[in-house]
Formats: sequence, structure tokens, C-alpha cells
Amino acid sequence: MEILTWTYILVGLTFALYIGIAIWSRAGSTKEFYVAGGGVSPLANGMATAADWMSAASFISMAGLIAFAGYDGSVYLMGWTGGYVLLALLLAPYLRKFGKFTVPDFVGDRYYSNTARVVAVICALFISFVYVAGQMRGVGIVFSRYLEVPIEWGVVIGMIIVFFYAVLGGMKGITYTQVAQYCVLIFAYMVPAIFISMQLTGNPIPQLGFGGEVEAGVSLLDKLDGVLDDSGFAAYTDGRKSMTDMFMITLALMVGTAGLPHVIVRFFTVPRVKDARLSAGYALVFIAILYTTAPAVAAFGIYNAINSTSEKPVSELPTWVQTWQKTNLIQVDDKNGDGIVQYLPDPSQNELQIDKDIMVLASPEIAELPNWVVGLVAAGAMAAALSTAAGLLLVISTSVSRDLFKTFRPEITEKKELMIARIAAAGAVILAGYFGVNPPGFVAQVVAFAFGLAAASFFPVILLGIFSSRINKEGAISGMLVGLVFTLGYITYFKFISPELNTAEYWWFGVSPEGIGSIGMILNFIVCVVVSRFTPAPPASIQEMIEEIRIPRGAGKAIDH
Amino acid sequence: MPIDPKQKTKVYWKKNLQTLVVLLLIWFLVSFGCGILWVEELNSIQLGGFKLGFWFAQQGSIYVFVLLIFAYVYWMNRLDRKFDVDEE
Repeated sequence: MEILTWTYILVGLTFALYIGIAIWSRAGSTKEFYVAGGGVSPLANGMATAADWMSAASFISMAGLIAFAGYDGSVYLMGWTGGYVLLALLLAPYLRKFGKFTVPDFVGDRYYSNTARVVAVICALFISFVYVAGQMRGVGIVFSRYLEVPIEWGVVIGMIIVFFYAVLGGMKGITYTQVAQYCVLIFAYMVPAIFISMQLTGNPIPQLGFGGEVEAGVSLLDKLDGVLDDSGFAAYTDGRKSMTDMFMITLALMVGTAGLPHVIVRFFTVPRVKDARLSAGYALVFIAILYTTAPAVAAFGIYNAINSTSEKPVSELPTWVQTWQKTNLIQVDDKNGDGIVQYLPDPSQNELQIDKDIMVLASPEIAELPNWVVGLVAAGAMAAALSTAAGLLLVISTSVSRDLFKTFRPEITEKKELMIARIAAAGAVILAGYFGVNPPGFVAQVVAFAFGLAAASFFPVILLGIFSSRINKEGAISGMLVGLVFTLGYITYFKFISPELNTAEYWWFGVSPEGIGSIGMILNFIVCVVVSRFTPAPPASIQEMIEEIRIPRGAGKAIDH
Repeated sequence: MPIDPKQKTKVYWKKNLQTLVVLLLIWFLVSFGCGILWVEELNSIQLGGFKLGFWFAQQGSIYVFVLLIFAYVYWMNRLDRKFDVDEE
């Protein structure tokens, strides 16, 4: 069967599955809509968290990003996994014990202030919108690439699917669809990885094949370092970023992960505090399966791409190179006319252009796998894109219906609140879809900064809110604002106002805009503590609440208020 | 001798913080330490086909992260039971 036929069949089957689950798990109450009724098992929640977390970018682009960055790509690997340790140890169990539905809920209650709540809502909406616009674009690209429809149509199809289970099912629908989506995406990622690993190194486990040998006595990584060195590139296992910048970017990504509202809210869905802890562990296991495979796929991919093209006659390139040349994801241009492909660092002489996405997209063909595997990878990429978009849309709709509407109009009935949540979700889907079709130029650049903003705004006030009873509303509000404004200002300056100055020479303390969230976070901490010291301590009722959330017992009841 | 419940909570919280400090220290050492700060020194050591520093940055740190969370789950569950603050 043709690749396109297989793609339609597999994508169609998985979509039918997601919609089926959505109908089966409709939300009947606000509690079900916001936190899936608080009754999700830790294992299912772990899987859903993993699917929510891993976006189209993780699935398609991350391996390629690492392939070209080499050692520098480690910032993503450590940054996007290490944050779960912070989340599990410092935030998730206590927020679960607190037992309400959203991050602004916690900030507003703990800091006894609707001003703090509104600041938190603004941060949450801003971070989620930036993030979701990128996802919808990703959905569109995936659809258009595999189903051969225009990007706009791809976005619209994606919107309809997400609309179905996010609006109908709320958190309950999203959670159970995400469990299915995780299974689809991880299977789709692992099959080609295993075969390529076997083909190159003889070891079926990519994590081990990564350190395996490609020739007798020569390991893959040594060979890769040698090949890149011969063409004048930096060695794969050496870094080009400064150590300070590596440190700061990794920190910003880790702390940002722990501060992202759509990740935190997942831990409100399990029944008990101990389930929240365990669930974070499961989530990281499921994430780690992909995140430890990705660097292996990266090394295999770049090795294969160079090995099968560099210094080879243009007329004798393998068929997958010819196939993907049509999509411009790989381009060969024999500039010096010697009939041989030269892969070189100097752009004016380089004859081989490789797009980062090809490492995953072309992997089934490189490994000479049957056509259905290509369809499977397509279904996996779509699962990754849809699951993340849905999780973000839920945060947006909850912020509107609960944190804004319910706070200022507490008299509305549950039925009405549920309806507002659904309308908000529908509105968010349409708005996100609009941005997917007409992407503002800044989206691609800004998605990575959602992490910096989450690190600089939420993480410090949530952490201090749990671990210090002295931090008051004045401290929290000024801390969040300082962190957010500083980080946003620094990023805006270097990315949009004076992009020509965006080099290590001009950065403060040698920290790039990608890593500046770490400094924003430190500022937030300092401002929070200093301002709190000079203003009155929180009231006794808040001190009691803090004592209460530090102890697991009683979490089951905590949710019913 | 009956223990004052306020006092018990204090001791529980202190033990909790000690656990966190130990685990987060390991978290820091494997990622920021072995993966970034000492990566060059460690890269002179070979682990199979990997340079050790590179392995920590792209593989090892992630495995340790997973183990850390499960160690935390185990220790906290034990601590909760010991101080009788666990959930029914």
C-alpha cells in the first residue's frame, strides 16, 4: 500500500479512538471539567502528563535540534526532565493537598488577595497563549506534511478534533485521550529508533546503541567527532556555548517546567498526596523513555545524513535523500561543480542543507522500514501536537471561567460556570486556531521563552508560599511583577528591539535571552523576601493553612469545598 | 509519653526538609555538576562508547532524576506512616 493510504488509515483510526474516548468521558460537573473529578490513577495521570508535556516540537524537532547542537543540546534534555524532580519534591504534593483547581487559585488564596490572583491569571494566560499558538501551528504543519492538505486546512482539522474532546470532556476527556495519545506517540517514536539503532550498531536498544560501535573498535560518537572534525565542524561531544550560559539555560528550562500551569494542574487530578508524588515519578519515566531515545536518534540521524551524502557523488545519493529533496528538508547543491557533495561549515561553500525535522521524519525510510511505519510516525506526531494543545486550552478556559468569572461573580451556579468554561474553551480553540493560520512572526521565537516567564513568575511565589509562612501578599505581587517584567523586557530587547546586539558580548553576565528566566527567578525570590520583611506578616488563618498543606492527611476531603 | 501534636508536626517537617536537601543535592550534582561544570574533566574518562561527562549530560542525569523521584516517594511514604500523618 502507498504511504499516503497508510497515513490516512492510521491517523483516521487514532482520531476515531480519541473522539470515542471523549464521548465516553464527558464532564458532568465543574470538578470533572477542571480536574477530572480528582479521581485519576497515578499511572494514568503520569501517562497523560507525559503526553501533555511532549509537544509536536519534542516529537519532530528535538532530535534534529540536538543533532546540530551536539553537546549543547543537553540543555533541553536535562532542562525538560530535571524540572520534574523540582515539581515532585517541592510543588506537586503540597498543591494537591491544597486541593483546589488552578495555580491562580493557590496564589490568590495563599496570598489572601484578588490582586495576586489576577496577576497570576495574567501570567498563566500569557504563558499558555504563547505556547498554544506555537502548538496549533505545529498541528497545521504536521497535517499538511502528511495528509498533503494546505496548512490552513490542517489547522482547521486539528481545531475540530481538539474542540471535540476539550470542550466536551474538559480535563476528564483530555486526560483519558492523552493516555491513548501517549501510547500512540511513544510507539511511533520507538519503532524507527530501534530499527536504526540495530542497523547502525547492532544493538536494538537506542540508549545503548548510542554508545555502540559503528566499525570494529570505533564507537559511533568517536566516529562522529572525527567526521565533523574533518569537515571543519566542532566535535559532536564538545560544547560551543559558554558554561555560564549552559548553566543558566538549563536552570531556566528546569524551573520553567516546574512552573508551567498546564503541567502543575495535572497533579490536581489524582486522589491523594501520595498519588501526586508517585504520579510525578511515573510521568518522568514515560517522558524519559522519549528523552533518552532522542539524543540517540539525533546522533544516528546526523551520522547517517553525513555518511550517506558527504564526499559522495551527486548521482549516487541514496533514495531517501532524493525523496526528501522534494520537500526541501534536505538540499544538495553542487556549487563547485565537481560532482561530489561537500558538507562544510562555510555557508558559501557548503553543498548540503539538512533541516532538523528530517532526523525523525525520514527515519523510517533511512532504516528501510515498510510504509505503514511512516503512517505510524504521522499519527504519533499528531498525537503529540493535539495532546499538548488540549492541555493548554484547558488552562486558558479554566482561568477565564474559574479564576476570573467565579472570583468576581461568586453567586453563579455550577451549571452556569460549567457552561462558561465550555464557551471559554471554545473561544480559546478558535483564537489559537486563528494564530495557527496567521502565525504572528514572533511565535516560533517566543515559545521557548514561555519557560523563562514561568520560571520568573510562578515558581518562586509558589515555592515560598509553601516553604515560608512569612511571605505576604505585598512580597508575592511585587516579586511576580518584577520577575515577569524583567524577563519579558530582556527578551523583547534582544529579540525584537535590537536583535543585532543579541550576542554574548552584549548580554548581561553572558546570559542569553533563553537563559534569562534564571536571573528573573532570582530577582523574584529576592524582591519577594525583602518586601515581605518590611511589610506585615500574613494573617493567622493563612499561617494555619500553610501548616495544613504541609501534612498529607486529609487530602481527600480538601477537594470538596 | 504523649507527644505534643504541634511538636510532632515540626519534627515531621524538619525530616521532610532534610530528605529534600539530600535529594536536591544529588539532583544538582548529576545535572549541573557532572553534566555542565565538570564535564571536561569527566570527558577524559570513557564509559563504553561514551565520554563520561557527555553521557551524564545526555543520558545519566535523566536516569538519576527518575530514581530520585521514586526514592522520594519511598522515603516520604515511610515518614508519613512513622509520624502518623499518612492518608487513609
